[in-house]
Amino acid sequence: MDNNATTKVDEMVFEEMKPYFISLYGNPSSMHTFGGQVGKKIEEARERVARLIGAHHTTEIIFTSCGTESDSTAVYSALQAFPERKEIITTRVEHPAIISLSPHLEKQGIAVIQLKVDKYGNLDLNEYDRCLNEETALVTIMTANNETGVVFPVEKMAQMAKERGVLFHTDAVQAAGKIPINMKNSAIDMLSISGHKLHAPKGVGALYLRRGTRFRPFMRGGHQERNRRSGTENVTSIIGLGKAAEIAQAHIEEENIRVKEMRDLLEKEILKRVPRTILNGDKNNRLPNTTNISFEFIEGEGILLLLNELGIAASSGSACTSGSLEPSHVLRAMGVPFTAAHGSIRFSLSRYNTMEEVGYVIENLPPVIENLRSISPYWKDGRPIPEFEPQYK
Amino acid sequence: MWDYSDKVKEYFMNPKNVGVIEDANAVGDVGSITCGDALKLMLKVEDGTEKIVNAKFQTFGCGSAIASSSALTEMIIGKTVKEAEKITNQDIADYLGGLPREKMHCSVLGREALETAIANYRGIDLKQLKEDEGPLVCQCFGIHEKFIEKVVTENSLKTVEEVTNYTKAGGGCQSCHPAIEDIIEKAWREKGKFLHVREEAPKHKPVMTNLQKIALITETIEKEIRPALAQDGGDIELIDIAGNEVYIALRGQCASCISAAYTTENIEDKLRELVSPDIVVHLQSD
Ligand code: FES
Repeated sequence: MDNNATTKVDEMVFEEMKPYFISLYGNPSSMHTFGGQVGKKIEEARERVARLIGAHHTTEIIFTSCGTESDSTAVYSALQAFPERKEIITTRVEHPAIISLSPHLEKQGIAVIQLKVDKYGNLDLNEYDRCLNEETALVTIMTANNETGVVFPVEKMAQMAKERGVLFHTDAVQAAGKIPINMKNSAIDMLSISGHKLHAPKGVGALYLRRGTRFRPFMRGGHQERNRRSGTENVTSIIGLGKAAEIAQAHIEEENIRVKEMRDLLEKEILKRVPRTILNGDKNNRLPNTTNISFEFIEGEGILLLLNELGIAASSGSACTSGSLEPSHVLRAMGVPFTAAHGSIRFSLSRYNTMEEVGYVIENLPPVIENLRSISPYWKDGRPIPEFEPQYK
Repeated sequence: MWDYSDKVKEYFMNPKNVGVIEDANAVGDVGSITCGDALKLMLKVEDGTEKIVNAKFQTFGCGSAIASSSALTEMIIGKTVKEAEKITNQDIADYLGGLPREKMHCSVLGREALETAIANYRGIDLKQLKEDEGPLVCQCFGIHEKFIEKVVTENSLKTVEEVTNYTKAGGGCQSCHPAIEDIIEKAWREKGKFLHVREEAPKHKPVMTNLQKIALITETIEKEIRPALAQDGGDIELIDIAGNEVYIALRGQCASCISAAYTTENIEDKLRELVSPDIVVHLQSD
């Protein structure tokens, strides 16, 4: 139930990778047949990834080590390619792969504009429009939020950027394979993907780079990836990513029907069975697999620990799970009240989840919440005590 | 997931003494829902003996906050108020077999609740207590100066990071970090220790004037270095001296020697030994 964190490697993916560990271990850069056949397999993977996102040309796919590398490559490439432009536009709810670049960029004299979101996690396109200007080197906005699943109108936003001659990058790590993406007639210039979010192994990613886009490599060295990403290819994982992309493409419809059905049932039952529960994010405009629910008057880590004992893995936007002291920056940006933000739980499903599992969570979650609420000083006889005010902080 | 000790897990999964004591005569309410941690500690203290005959708690917080609260009640039941008063937050953490560093504030929460409950039992005005907390230092978590000072002293904290782990102060926007640094500094100064006293750069009285140094360099070259080089058919020419920088050229056999760099290092060592440890020798070629 925590598939936005990571997914299991599909067995067919693993099977496809296997021969390339031991028998077909050639270096794709070698001149001999032994390496050449590995090179061919990488090209097949490139084609498969290109097909998943509807890229026009296979060569528009660059393999990287992860989504974070793809994101960094896009950002630093744009800044180097347009050194006279000193501004980037992003949002307050991006993944840390983008958010944590800000202080570093600001030190280098780059202004980072972070767009606000409303209480449902949606962006204000008017604000975006006002921010775009000739100083902007890049707009980088995620396709879908990893915590709430909220989907941003990146296509429209890319169009608006294009009209101003501004490059547009989207972190599609959470969206790829779950919702259809088609780069063919898109205005998006760069797009990041991560393997382990779509049943490929961890440690592999891809960056889509539209043909003709000005580009500066993040890593330099050998001639791999047409000089755009040096370093010996992570061959087996790239092959895995290719296979996973192919399978994901075949399952997109299922993801949108069966997975969504499971998610909706889970969500509906939790909201119905557990009082003082809030859905975080936009109910309609989001990924089919994600739901983020706040359980008021209790803290998320406790919920996770008790669920874990029951064999249920979920994730929490609560501060206490992460070692930070404030709840998730996404929920804070959405203005979720503290009474709820501390007790938020994300369930993210995959096509491997079953209705049975969903039923198991529906049955077992309410007592967990009730148990923790019975310990909470803000809760009495099945109801909150909102007037409770500690006398001494 | 945090690496909790078995005891923390046990006290979280099966907390003891959860609930309300209707006729409690000592109550300590600390923390807040905004901060993500709150604890209500209720005690029944026996008149006369001042023995804590019952203790219960309610906690809003993470696993270790619940475990710390529960452990605290276990630790104090049966003790007199005076004995209980001596329990420190470290005692609570130790009782649980330790807490992750970042979770130490949970044990502090317990200690704080205990203190407040005892103050309540003794009839001390809690509002007055609050007013005596000193200025608000951390806006994000509503934490006052006196509290930070106390936790720093009791736990011998030395860094802002530690203060954040123990109190949460400084864990948000970080704008209070300089103020926390000052509090740490002050607390240690009061103990008679100095944490970050800037070491005064030792004031070097020049041991010799420039002229004296030039004279000594020249003399060392003449008496010590040139004769040694001459033994191998070589020679040295002093080109310039600027402060501690000495510019030389090698002549004779030494000029074409492949070990010129090595020879130069030896010359530098000799000058450092006999003139000043700061000498740097530069070899110039024609
Ligand atoms: S004021 Fe202390 S962290 Fe914000």
